[in-house]
Amino acid sequence: MDDVAVAVLSPEAVLDEMRKNDVTDVVWLPDSETNWLFLLMQAEPSLRLVGVSREGHACSIAAGLYSGGRTPIILIQNTGMMESGDSIRGWLMSLEIPVVLMVGYRGYTRHGVNKDTAATYTERFLNAFNLSYYLVEGDADAPRISIAFEEAERTKKPVVVLIADEFHGFNR
Amino acid sequence: MMNTVDVLEAFKPYRGDALVVPGRGGRHWVPMTDNEGLDAPMGDPAMGGHAGFGFGLALARPERKVILFDSEGDILMSLGMMVTIAEQKPLNFYHFLLDNECYATTGGQPVPNAKNVDYAAIAKGAGYPKALAYTEIEDLKNDLPGILENPGPIFVALKVYPEVQNEAIGSRRPWQTRTRTEVIQDLRGEFGPA
Repeated sequence: MDDVAVAVLSPEAVLDEMRKNDVTDVVWLPDSETNWLFLLMQAEPSLRLVGVSREGHACSIAAGLYSGGRTPIILIQNTGMMESGDSIRGWLMSLEIPVVLMVGYRGYTRHGVNKDTAATYTERFLNAFNLSYYLVEGDADAPRISIAFEEAERTKKPVVVLIADEFHGFNR
Repeated sequence: MMNTVDVLEAFKPYRGDALVVPGRGGRHWVPMTDNEGLDAPMGDPAMGGHAGFGFGLALARPERKVILFDSEGDILMSLGMMVTIAEQKPLNFYHFLLDNECYATTGGQPVPNAKNVDYAAIAKGAGYPKALAYTEIEDLKNDLPGILENPGPIFVALKVYPEVQNEAIGSRRPWQTRTRTEVIQDLRGEFGPA
């Protein structure tokens, strides 16, 4: 099978998943390759974009939004997720905030040799925190985002979606 | 310098139906509140996050005032949060800062540059439309009604006496009457989906 042919995740597919799950607020910090998604989100009237300057800030903001009845999503990169460890623990896990974190999987090489320690430690970090996660590489995987929302709601825990294609060809 | 309890007593008559995030003033606020269902005494889920939590609540419930009693140790961990708050400009957000110049819950060690930081200037520089600073309770009492009548976001830095805790964490008497998850559930129950 041609890996390149299957591993395309369009920003439209991600936005559709957000709409499907009634996301109201995107708390986010740009990662390497998300500008096309940013432009789409900006144009989407049902979404409010809340930009942060450090990824850990997203956790307490999302907790506040959820407490007030909103449905936030967190959109960050794996590097920032690792930086945010204590905020994820304290403001999401311990408060039982059922939020989905979409995390850009920087350095992911699919079947290749990993050369970026950001990728090396991403899944190890998630396993250490006992955070459930789903890998999304292309449009065919996009329904996993809805599965993550369902699991977050059912378990009252944050659930991570690893975005492993970064929308327009990070790995190609 | 002011006592935190006096600050909260001064605020209480003007609370109305505002949501209150008492931060590190929680141990004083919880016994004096008259509307527990609209309080979010979170304790300390992870240091540095009170501003984000209060701000998120303010975005979620624009019809309610949200009053946050943050601390200087917390905001120093999240100065960038002020930029996000200033960008979104929640008109219902009132960001009070209890500045005791130290990490009181770990024995009273000074925060970096404790006596020389102008938090109101930082807030102003971050883009808050209004930022004030008080050292005397009478001045605060005089201005408080006006502060709360104006649209937010407003930042109010308050110099307070430290209430240093030295006993081991395990031997401290908890002041919370609800768990953090109960607080979240109560808020969600109050409002439902926005």
